[in-house]
Amino acid sequence: MSVLMAATAAILFALGTYLLLQRKLSRIIIGIGLLGHGANVLFVNAGRRGRAPLIGSADPDTFADPMPQALVLTAIVISFGVTALLLALAYRSWVLTEDDEVADDVEDRSVAKEGFADSELEDEAALVADLESSTEDDEPAPIQREVGEGVAP
Amino acid sequence: MRLLLPLPVLLPLGAAALSILVGRSRRWQRIISITTLTTVVGLAVAILVETDRDGIVATQAGGWPAPLGISLVADRFSAIMLVIAALMMLAVVVFAIGQPGAERNHVGFQSVYLVLAAGVNASFLTGDMFNLFVAIEMMLTASYVLITLGGRLDQVRSGMTYVVISLVASVLFLAALAFTYTATGTMNMAVLSSAIADLPEGLQGGLAGLFLVVFGIKAGLFPLYFWLPDSYPTAPSPVTAIFAGLLTKVGVYAIIRTQTLLFPGVLPTWLVMAVAGATMVVGVFGAIAQDDVKRILSFHIVSQIGYMIMGFGVATVTGLAGAIFYMVHHIVVKTALFLSGGLIEHAGGSSRLSKLGDMVRSAPAIAVVFLIPALSLAGMPPFSGFVAKLALLDAAAGVGQWAIFGAAVLTSLLTLFSMSKIGVGVFWSPATEAAEHAVAAPDAARSRLGAPAMMYVPTALLATAALAIGVFAGPLLDLSERAATDLVHVEPYVAAVLGDDAPATTSAPEGGGR
Repeated sequence: MSVLMAATAAILFALGTYLLLQRKLSRIIIGIGLLGHGANVLFVNAGRRGRAPLIGSADPDTFADPMPQALVLTAIVISFGVTALLLALAYRSWVLTEDDEVADDVEDRSVAKEGFADSELEDEAALVADLESSTEDDEPAPIQREVGEGVAP
Repeated sequence: MRLLLPLPVLLPLGAAALSILVGRSRRWQRIISITTLTTVVGLAVAILVETDRDGIVATQAGGWPAPLGISLVADRFSAIMLVIAALMMLAVVVFAIGQPGAERNHVGFQSVYLVLAAGVNASFLTGDMFNLFVAIEMMLTASYVLITLGGRLDQVRSGMTYVVISLVASVLFLAALAFTYTATGTMNMAVLSSAIADLPEGLQGGLAGLFLVVFGIKAGLFPLYFWLPDSYPTAPSPVTAIFAGLLTKVGVYAIIRTQTLLFPGVLPTWLVMAVAGATMVVGVFGAIAQDDVKRILSFHIVSQIGYMIMGFGVATVTGLAGAIFYMVHHIVVKTALFLSGGLIEHAGGSSRLSKLGDMVRSAPAIAVVFLIPALSLAGMPPFSGFVAKLALLDAAAGVGQWAIFGAAVLTSLLTLFSMSKIGVGVFWSPATEAAEHAVAAPDAARSRLGAPAMMYVPTALLATAALAIGVFAGPLLDLSERAATDLVHVEPYVAAVLGDDAPATTSAPEGGGR
C-alpha cells in the first residue's frame, strides 16, 4: 500500500472519529460515512496493484487483485443502504423533537438519581403512608414522566 | 445434503420478497412466514442429524472452487445453533402474530423478520470471513428496522445509539478484514486457519484482538455492552425477545468460531477470563439497579454472555462444550423470559416493577411461564441453567481457574436475587399502583388469562423446552462435547471446505444419494 493511500485512510478515520463524537446527529452520520470510506480505502489497497483485470487484455501476472475491489463494492452498497436508513431516522428524530441532538437515556438518569434498587422499600413506605393518610404523596410524578414512553398498544 | 446447505438462507430471503408482494393480506404474510420458518426448522434438524452422523458438510456457492467461491459449512456447532435459532424464530413469530401491536400495524414486519432469519442463518453457515460480514450486516440492517418499528421518540433515540454503535463495529470489522486480506490474501476461513498460523506473533495477536472487539460489540462484552440495555427494551416485545435470544449469540458464535479456527491460543487466557468475569458481574449489578422488567432482563443478557465467554476462555473440550450447551440453554430461556415479559406488559399495561403488582392473582398463568425460565436462568437445580452452569464450573475447576469460578457462582446468586425482585415486584406485591395504572391504560386487554392464547402458547412451549433441556441434559451435553471436539481439532473442517482432500470426497457420494 502506498504511503499516500495509507495517509488518506488514516485522515478519513481521524475525521470520522472526530465527527462521531459530536452531539449532533447530522455530524454523526457524516462521521460514519467518513469512517466507512476510510475502511473502504484501506480494503481497496489490500490487494496487489496492477493493470485492470480483464481476461485476455494482458498477462494475468500483471493484473491487479480484483478480489478486494469486488468485496469493497459490496461494502459500499451496504453502507449506502444503511446511511439512507440513518438519514431517515435522523429526519424522524427531527420531526419529533425539532432538534437533531442525541438525547440521554432517560431511564438511566432516573435510576442514577432515584436509586430504584430500594424500590421495594419505597413501595412499602408509600403503602404505609397510604394507609395512614389516604392523601397522595409524590407518587404520580413518575407516571407523568412515563407518558411519552408509552406502552405497546 | 450439500444442496440443503444454502436453503436456510435462501428460503427466508425468497419468502421475504414474496411477503412484500402479498403485503395487502396479513393472512397470506403470516402463512408464508410460518410455513417458511417451519421448513427452516426441518432443514436445520436434517443438517444437524447429517453433520452429527457423517461429519462436516461443506458446499461452494456458485460452483467456484474453495478459496474463490463462498464456502458454506455446517459442522455440529453451527448446526446446533441453526436448529435452536430456527425454533426461536418460529416461536417468536407466532407470539408476534398473537400480540396486538407491531406485527398487525406494520406491513413490513413479516418480511423484515424473514430477512433477519436469513441473516442469522447465514452467519451460522458461512465459511468465509467477508461473507460473515455480509451476513451480519443483513441481520443488523433488518434489526435496525425492527428496533425502531413504530417510530416513537424513545425508540428513535435508543435506535440511533444502536445503529451508530453497530455501524462503528461494522467499520472496524471491515478494517480488520482489510488487514487480514493484506496479510494473507484470502477471506476463506479454512485457508485462513493455516495462513494466519504463519504470520508473525504480534500480527496474529493484533488481528485476534481486533476481531474480539468487533464481535465483542455485537455480543455485548464488558467494556462494550452499554448500548444493549439501553436499546433493547424500547422495541416491541417480540422483537426484543428475538434480539435477546439470537443477536448477541451470533456475536458469541462469531467470537468462538474465529478464535478457535483462525487464532487458536493467540489471546491470553487471563484477558479472556478478565473480560468474562467483568461482563458477568457488571451485567448482574446493572440488572439489580433497574426498575423495568425488560431492562432487568436486558442487563441479564450481558451478564450471561460472560458465562459463554468463560467457557470459551477455558478453551478445553469440556469448556467449549459447556459454552455451547450454555448458549443453547440461554437462547431458549432468554427468549422465554422476554416473551413472558411481553405477557406481563400486555396484561399489566406496563413493564415497570413500581407500577405492577399482584399479578399472581390477576394472571397466574403468566407467573408460571415466568417462573420456570427465571429459575432456570439463575441456575436452580432441576432446570437447564443448573446443568449448563455446572458444566462450565466443572470445566473451570478442571483447569484451576478459581477466580472465574467464584465470579460465576456469585453472579448466579445475584441473578436469583434480581429474578426474585421481578417476582416480588410483578406478582406478589400489593396491586395498589397496578390498579391505578389500569385506569391510565384502558387499552390493555383484561381477561382471565390476561393475554391472547397465541401469545401464551409459544411462551409456554419455550418454558417447557427449558425444562426439557434440563431433563435431556445428558444427550445434549454429549452432542455439545462432540461439537466442541470439532472446534478444537480444525483439520476436518479445513479438509471438508478445501474439497480436494479425502474427507470431503467420502461425504460427497452420500450427499448425492439423498
